[in-house]
Formats: sequence, C-alpha cells, structure tokens
Amino acid sequence: MKVLVPVKRVIDYNVKVRVNAENTAVDLTNTKMSINPFCEIAVEEAVRLKEKGTATEVVVVSIGDKSCQEQIRTALALGADRGIQIDTDVNLDSLQVAKLLAKVVEEEEPGLVILGKQSIDSDNNQTGQMLAALCGLPQGTFASEVAIEGDAVSVTREVDGGLQTVKLALPAIVTTDLRLNEPRYASLPNIMKAKRKPLAVKSAADFGVALESKVKVLKVTPPAERQGGIKVADVAELVDKLKTEAKVI
Amino acid sequence: MAILVYAEHDNAHLKSETSKMINAAGQMGGDIHVLVAGENCQAIAEDAAKIAGVQKVIVADAAAYKDQLAENIADLVLEVGEGYSHILAAATTTGKNFMPRVAALLDVAQISDIIAVESGDTFVRPIYAGNAIATVQSEDNVKVITVRASAFDASAEQDAAPVEASGSVIESAKSEFVSQELTESERPELTAADVIISGGRGMQNGDNFALLNGIADKLGAAIGASRAAVDAGFVPNDMQVGQTGKIVAPQLYIAVGISGAIQHLAGMKDSKVIVAINKDEEAPIFQVADYGLVGDLFEVLPELESSL
Repeated sequence: MKVLVPVKRVIDYNVKVRVNAENTAVDLTNTKMSINPFCEIAVEEAVRLKEKGTATEVVVVSIGDKSCQEQIRTALALGADRGIQIDTDVNLDSLQVAKLLAKVVEEEEPGLVILGKQSIDSDNNQTGQMLAALCGLPQGTFASEVAIEGDAVSVTREVDGGLQTVKLALPAIVTTDLRLNEPRYASLPNIMKAKRKPLAVKSAADFGVALESKVKVLKVTPPAERQGGIKVADVAELVDKLKTEAKVI
Repeated sequence: MAILVYAEHDNAHLKSETSKMINAAGQMGGDIHVLVAGENCQAIAEDAAKIAGVQKVIVADAAAYKDQLAENIADLVLEVGEGYSHILAAATTTGKNFMPRVAALLDVAQISDIIAVESGDTFVRPIYAGNAIATVQSEDNVKVITVRASAFDASAEQDAAPVEASGSVIESAKSEFVSQELTESERPELTAADVIISGGRGMQNGDNFALLNGIADKLGAAIGASRAAVDAGFVPNDMQVGQTGKIVAPQLYIAVGISGAIQHLAGMKDSKVIVAINKDEEAPIFQVADYGLVGDLFEVLPELESSL
C-alpha cells in the first residue's frame, strides 16, 4: 500500500510571531522555517507503517515555491521514499491546496493519505477534510491511533470529552493529532541519503486548478495585550479580592 | 438571506455553543434556522427553538446521525443547507470534522474559528495560535463558518419557534462508528464552565490533581490541565487547555503550578479574571494574571479550599 503525506512549510514553532508594520501579515523575513509539527507526525506515522510492512512506499508532497523542498528533504530524511513539489508562488487557501492534492491522489492512487490536522500558521484545520470530500473518501480526523485492518483502517480520534473510534474503508484520509506518535530525529546518514532520493517538481499551473481565493485578508493585527494585575500576599487576600473586587465567586 | 446554524449537542442535551453561535449569527443579518441532527433528538430541537432569534428548527432524527460521522453529517448539511447564505457550526471536534467537507463540496472557502463578526461577509479570527488576529472578507456566495463559541455571549430565550422534521437519512457505506470512550464527570465541561481550575507540571503527579477537586466542588468549576501535565501523563488529553487543547474563556480561571507557556496562554487568556498560583515568582503566567499568589501549591490549595 502506498501512503501519501502532504506536508507544509511553516514558521518554526519556537519562533515568536510578530505582525509586520503595515498590519497586513505576519513578518516572515529571516525567520526560521520548519515542517509543520502535525505534518511531521504524519510523516512519522507513514514511516512506521512502512517499517511494519503495512506500507510499501511513502510519498511526500508539498505545495509552494522552491524553498519547500527543504521540508520535503526533511521528510525524506525521516524515512519517506520520494517527494513531489508542486511549484507555485501563490499563497493558497485550504480549498485550493485540497484541490491540488486531489489531483495528486488521482495520479498516485495511494491507499492512505495522512496529513496534519492543522498548520500552525493559518490554524484552519480544513485541508484533510476538504481533500476527503473532493475525493469522495472517508476521513478519520484528529487521530491518536491508526491501525490497518485488511482493507479498512481503524482510527481512534481525539474528540471533545474523550476518544471516538471509527472504521474506514480504504482508501481513506487520516489527519494527525499530537499524541499519535513522537517523531524521530533524522540521523546524519539519513540526512545525507535523503539528498539522493527522487524529488519531482511539477508546476501548479499544469493541474488545471483555479488558484485564486475568494477570501481577502483585510488586516492582521497583534492580539490585545493583557495587563498583568497584582500579587496578593496570601490566600485570605486572594479570596477577598475575588469576592469584593472581581466579584467572580 | 438566511443563516443555517448546526446545533451542537450530545443526543441528550443541547450544548451552550448553540446559543452562542446564534448570537454570532444574529450579527450577520438574516433569518436564523437551526439544524438538529442526531438520534432521538426531538427534545433538543424543542430547546433550540426557545433560543432568542431562531425562526425555525429543522430536526433530522436518524440512527445514521447519532455519532455525528462527518461523511453523513456533511451530506445532510449540504441537502438541508441549500439556498442559505451562511452555514455555521461550532469550532468543536464535531464542527471542525464535517464543516470543511461541506465547504469543499460547495466549492467555497471555510472561515474557521471566528471570534467576532464585523458584517455579513467580514469576520475576525485568530491565526498563529492567537499571536495574530486576522480580519477577513469572504466573496463566496455561501459563507461556511466555524465559530469559537467562547468568544460570544449566549442568546436570551424566547417563545418556541416552530420545529420541522427533515425526513433525510444519509448513511455512508465507507465509514462506520466503532466505539466511544467519554470521560465521565459530574463537573461542568471545560468549554461551558464559568469557573475553571487547572493544574500544570507543578502538580508533580496525577494523584495530586485530587487537591483541585474540593475547590472545584465548592466553586462549581471544571478541572483543566496544561499540556505539560498531559504530556507528563498526569491526566488525560481531554483536560488540556491550550492551543492544542481546548480554548476557554470562563469568568474565573485559576492556574495552579502552570508556568504559562505561550501555547497554554493561547487557550485561556480571554478569561475574564485569571488567578495564578505558582512558587516561581518569575513565571510568565503572572504577566497575564489579575491576581498572582507566589507560594507552594501544596500549602495554598488546602488553605484555599477551607476558606471558600
């Protein structure tokens, strides 16, 4: 079974986010970029399926300009077999990304697609579900456990209030939650090996997908700063303040 | 112009998210209809009909909708939602699961997790874990939106609006519910609670979370945790408050032994009043707390419990 893993290049999760002076976007000049953490978990899960003998090939795809090849190489160093870069300068919305990925699914015919549940930049939490809908496939989102059982996959999902398990006919789409696994570190030999793994570059324009979005970002601003309050000396003062000043208890 | 709001419920009770979404819908302009999909959910539909602003409730009552499987619910919403200008669901694990399918099949974008409504086509939403706030305008003919319910007040009550049945039954052959393990608790849910007390790594182990119980009982509070406490295995993940857990905005949030990592702050900084109890006076949580108490939580918690 072939596993397809779409990955996204995003600001590194340790970097402090700053809004630009024009209030139009987050300033990304000279910031460290990384593979989206949820996407990294998706790569790890796919590689583990291959190590178990369930998956035969792990294909990684990323959409963006040439710089996203860096994240594809990261995934290859973690154990993916080959990469596809869909080249575009356009800043795409989830729907356009899902439409391009649907074309890749059509071409590659994977048995399973594993994606991160959301990217830590736009925080949309949409692409996997949209891809599933466009391909007419079942979905298991926010997965904390994935088990292939013959021609089906059992997915345990992190839902509000607990866990839900669903069984999906393959091919299917799975999106990862944080506790699915802990991604490995790429070893130096594997990083070197990844440089020689195949990476195909395709132009987004060749897929026949309209790339413009109907959503305009009017402005981006920093969040309202919360002012720190006071320190209280002891429990008695705390309870008194909560009762008489804040009036919340 | 009419707005369809997908009701959040658990087949037994209507959840408070629904009333808050209806408040958000009211700011967009247009008639408001509510869709209740589930099994044996007639009573829930009748509760939804009493939320001020609702003109009509449509109930789709079938076994296929009981577990809120995305494949079935998305197709139902597409069928019932035809002709509406806006379709809203809560940004819960249910709404997040099926709504992008609805948007994709309508060939429109989804606006996720809105925290404010500027007009019928312009909305405010957090990005980068709440470290930036984007104002976006949608030119799509149908606006598909998930709502961060904690950012909106609940609507008032009204005399019941009419309830209609939808005979639609959609059941995907590709996806099947197997089982569910829900955490049993007498306490309010995190996302609905007026008061939350959360523990972090400073609690040292899972057993010590029992120290929060007495206080929670006295305040009618829900109990939460930081990601550090969840990652350390102290408590289950569904207690997690933060960017990767639940986003909450109660009247009172008490953070105990929580240092205040950005990812935790993103989940609770819109709380009305924040109390921090931590032995490290340099902990970043004190920068957002209205009332900070520097001290050993193992001494402070019993004292707090007895003084409430």
